[in-house]
Amino acid sequence: MTATAKAKGGVSRNGSSTATSPGTLKDDLVAYLRQDREKLRGEWVQAMAASDKLWLDSLTPAEQELESVKIYDACLDCLDSGSYGGAEEFAERMARQAAVGVMSVERFLGGMLTLRDVYGRSLFRRFLKEPDRHNDVLGVFEPVVNRILVIVAMAFITERERVLRQQQEAIRELSTPVLQVRDRLLILPIIGLIDSDRARQLTEQLLNAIRELRARVVVMDITGVAAVDSKVANHLIQTVDAARLLGTTVILTGVSPATAQTIVTIGVDLSRIQTVGDLQGGIEAADRLLDYRVIAGDPVAAPAVPAPVA
Amino acid sequence: MPVPILAQAPYLIASVQSALTDADLIGLQNGLLDEAERRRCRGVVVDVTALDVMDSFSTRTLQSLAAMLRLRGVETVIAGIQPNVAMAMVQLGLTMPDVRTALDLDEGLAYLQARPHGSAGRGQ
Repeated sequence: MTATAKAKGGVSRNGSSTATSPGTLKDDLVAYLRQDREKLRGEWVQAMAASDKLWLDSLTPAEQELESVKIYDACLDCLDSGSYGGAEEFAERMARQAAVGVMSVERFLGGMLTLRDVYGRSLFRRFLKEPDRHNDVLGVFEPVVNRILVIVAMAFITERERVLRQQQEAIRELSTPVLQVRDRLLILPIIGLIDSDRARQLTEQLLNAIRELRARVVVMDITGVAAVDSKVANHLIQTVDAARLLGTTVILTGVSPATAQTIVTIGVDLSRIQTVGDLQGGIEAADRLLDYRVIAGDPVAAPAVPAPVA
Repeated sequence: MPVPILAQAPYLIASVQSALTDADLIGLQNGLLDEAERRRCRGVVVDVTALDVMDSFSTRTLQSLAAMLRLRGVETVIAGIQPNVAMAMVQLGLTMPDVRTALDLDEGLAYLQARPHGSAGRGQ
């Protein structure tokens, strides 16, 4: 019995009109749910209100009406037409709203499950005296409902992943600023892990900045790079070489004692790269290359820094 | 297309206009060596701004060109390598360690002018 019911459900899901029995079953079901729409929807809203007080507060009564009608009809359309485009679209919209905090995932999924309960109970009431027919109807009803719930859950997950990816990209872009400290002198503070993706992006950013700002010297500071292995070192060498092809001198600074030990121990040759201990020393070296002279001024004659207003 | 060589005493400027065939490169090498001798120039700028590809042959030819000119006391500057060309070259390992590079023609000439007279140096 269950097996045949499942098979019938499968046929109706494909929207096949040749199989008469599930077709009529489905039509019956759709007609019934359409007919009792207002009653069932009312039950649903009440059930929601009972289980989740905040749900009522988060939506105005008009919004509750509107949203519940939309969800109810979207589910019914899926059941009727056998195509889930409407549900997908709706779920995506809800997921986007959830991402900006209008509606939480728990609340929305909870609402869908409550709706399923309401449908289930009403079917139970309707077919109380015909358990076999009830079983057949469930065979049509359950797969559709399950599919809709999967669509909803997936929409939320996809949306979260999209937001996550967006944030990762933003962090990546922000993580390697190329800063101009003087005319023709850039600094590139590198912080965090360097993988080949990030190294390529970093090099690209640096080269474009060199071209745009006409830099002659770049101070590359790796104080914030925790671990330098041969791969990372090779990425750094590539970045330096690429910058050099554009006619820019790169000064590497911030090689910690531990990093220095590692580099020499693993036998990476950084001797072609000009290195200075810390960022200050690097900028001083760059100043010498560019013929800048920084002179400590006469404190009286120096232009006053505007005093903070008390 | 052969590369035009412009004289801007005491320097020579070779301005590459389009993709170079191997024959063009050899022609450029011969032309620059001859001109450098004839005009007793002190420096050469090869402007490759227009190139969007630098392969191993052109890189090697430019490198040996710089080495040959250095033997005559002429400093060579390769100017105007594009950022994406530089990326590709580095990935192919074509880093031209012994050749002086500059951002563009302006920078290349400025470097040659700032350089003390006398023997040519070895890159950076």
